Amino acid sequence: MSLIAEKRLQKEFKKMLTGELPPGIKLAEANESDVMKPWSMDISLLHNNALYAGKTYRLSFKFNRQYPIEPPEVKFITATDREIPMHPHIYSNGVICLDLLSAGVGGGWSPVQSVETVCVSIQSMLEGNNINQRPEGDDQFVYGPQRRIKDINFVYDDPTV
Amino acid sequence: MSSDDEDFMSDTLSDDEYDNDSMGMLGETADESEYEEENDQFLEDTKFDKPQKKAYEVDFRALSANDVKSEQDKQINEVSSILGRSSEQCAILLRHFKWQKERLIEIYMDGPEQVLEESGLGQDYNISPRLEKVAGFECGICCDDEPGLDTYSMKCDHRYCASCYRQYLESKIKEEGEAARIQCPSEGCARIVDSKTIKLLVSSDAWYRYEELLNRTYVDDKQNLRWCPAPECEYAVDCPIRQNELHKVVPTVVCNCSHRFCFGCGLHDHQPCPCSLVKKWLKKCEDDSETANWISAHTKECPKCVSTIEKNGGCNHMTCRKCKHEFCWVCMGPWNEHGTSWYNCNRYEEKSGSEARDNQAKSRASLERYLHYYNRYANHDHSAKLDKDLYSKTEKKMTMLQSTSGMSWIEVQYLNQASAVLQECRQTLKWTYAFAFYLERNNNTYIFEDNQKDLEMAVEQLSELFEKPPDQLAQSKKEMMDKTAYVKSRRGILLEDTAVGLKNERWSFTVDV
Repeated sequence: MSLIAEKRLQKEFKKMLTGELPPGIKLAEANESDVMKPWSMDISLLHNNALYAGKTYRLSFKFNRQYPIEPPEVKFITATDREIPMHPHIYSNGVICLDLLSAGVGGGWSPVQSVETVCVSIQSMLEGNNINQRPEGDDQFVYGPQRRIKDINFVYDDPTV
Repeated sequence: MSSDDEDFMSDTLSDDEYDNDSMGMLGETADESEYEEENDQFLEDTKFDKPQKKAYEVDFRALSANDVKSEQDKQINEVSSILGRSSEQCAILLRHFKWQKERLIEIYMDGPEQVLEESGLGQDYNISPRLEKVAGFECGICCDDEPGLDTYSMKCDHRYCASCYRQYLESKIKEEGEAARIQCPSEGCARIVDSKTIKLLVSSDAWYRYEELLNRTYVDDKQNLRWCPAPECEYAVDCPIRQNELHKVVPTVVCNCSHRFCFGCGLHDHQPCPCSLVKKWLKKCEDDSETANWISAHTKECPKCVSTIEKNGGCNHMTCRKCKHEFCWVCMGPWNEHGTSWYNCNRYEEKSGSEARDNQAKSRASLERYLHYYNRYANHDHSAKLDKDLYSKTEKKMTMLQSTSGMSWIEVQYLNQASAVLQECRQTLKWTYAFAFYLERNNNTYIFEDNQKDLEMAVEQLSELFEKPPDQLAQSKKEMMDKTAYVKSRRGILLEDTAVGLKNERWSFTVDV
């Protein structure tokens, strides 16, 4: 069954190399011989949002064999010149609380989504934010017991941000 | 036995194994397969008048998975014959209306088109779904564009290749346990995937699981049904008590797996305490509202900035660290009013201090009151936990008694009965304390407390008899049997009194029920 995931990611990969990605979104790293390995995407903002002006952020995408039926694991990672953006729905360890990234009850993932559409959504999520803070309980979340992103049950209660 | 089961095993011996009354009750309700909305009230009233049924007992019936299925089918057939639609369609309609048959029929009669559309049965539903090959198609999920690909879409026209569609549905069914609310895979499309589509696309084991899940939604949607909460138990219990009646009755039911639980909230049997009080009580015991109570009993607040202060030594002239306000610890009044009588407060009648003192006294009294009830509640809870291996202990005792006294297995059964009654009464006693905690003090409460005291004393005596060494146990057989019967009747009296009181709203509580 991994066939679909691989086939789909190959297509997405080729599309990114040949076709144009939306402005502000770039493929930073992906392994052509093994597309199932994690991908990195760079995103920067288009409009002048004082919070994120001039910065580029890096997202890591991990896929499982059920992709795209199941969502990829997406989080911000740090690298040279790349930090975790301040946002009330982004924890300081890069975990993003976004309904799009989970399937199941209350989740907004649909198999029609792709790496590109996820990037666009996260880009606009940053775009629309002007609150310079971490989510409530950030310390507890980040330094508490480590969980797989899949196992975290976020409650999506805030449609505004 | 794993630790998970212990709670449930402790009442392996429930009423119906030694109590003929409740046997009769079970049998009597068994043929009433359905509680209709209209005649609920009627059923209930007539039932209460029957002499053999006690006020604290409710009608109930345990249903196996097959019973649930056949009940479902029965309702579907009924609606099908009224609306003149296929049973499959009626099943979808009923699920959409959460099995409120009357509402469905009423709304359907007003305008069938809209009902059909909303529940995902378009006008041309009768056309069976089928796979299609579409020229120039590229699947939005796997991005495959090979010619000759089997594709599928529902009426919403979101078309995907058959294998992606199947994977999507199977992951929803198997991984997420969804059934009646699976939506189209397209983003933002709220169309529910109908069962015909699912049957067409998924493998047989996923289809089986899907049907099972649909069965579950029936029990979840119906107000008069509830799954037995015991682990691994597959029975559902049918009981006509509604959520809005729970302040008047405590519906304890016994599943076929012999687990006793409250139909209202699913918790372990908590008679005579109504569900809402149980919830409040458990919350009170669990969260640290009592920590707050301690704080108010042992500390005072600065009269000016309300910082909490614990006095751990020194004189009564307090200076608040935070706001530098100076006050007297004894009367809570400002220090400068103390004039010449410094360090020795004799201004007891002064109004400025009396309010602070009142608050303190109140919270202290309330803490002590809570602890009174909590200690007794916890004591019975603890005893009940010790009793959880009582069953095996009893068995051992019974074997011993047989060998020492020469009594037969049948003759030593009284021990088993005593143990079961003991456990049941501890459970009841435990909850009487939570009940009493919320009672207003009046004559009814005094009667209740007398009943409680009688039951408690009887239980302790029986418990004592039970703990005797085997050689003495044989001699006290008659005494023990009498005591068992007495304890049981005391429990009946207490429960009867509280249940009747609840029904007639005779109890006045300190909180809203």
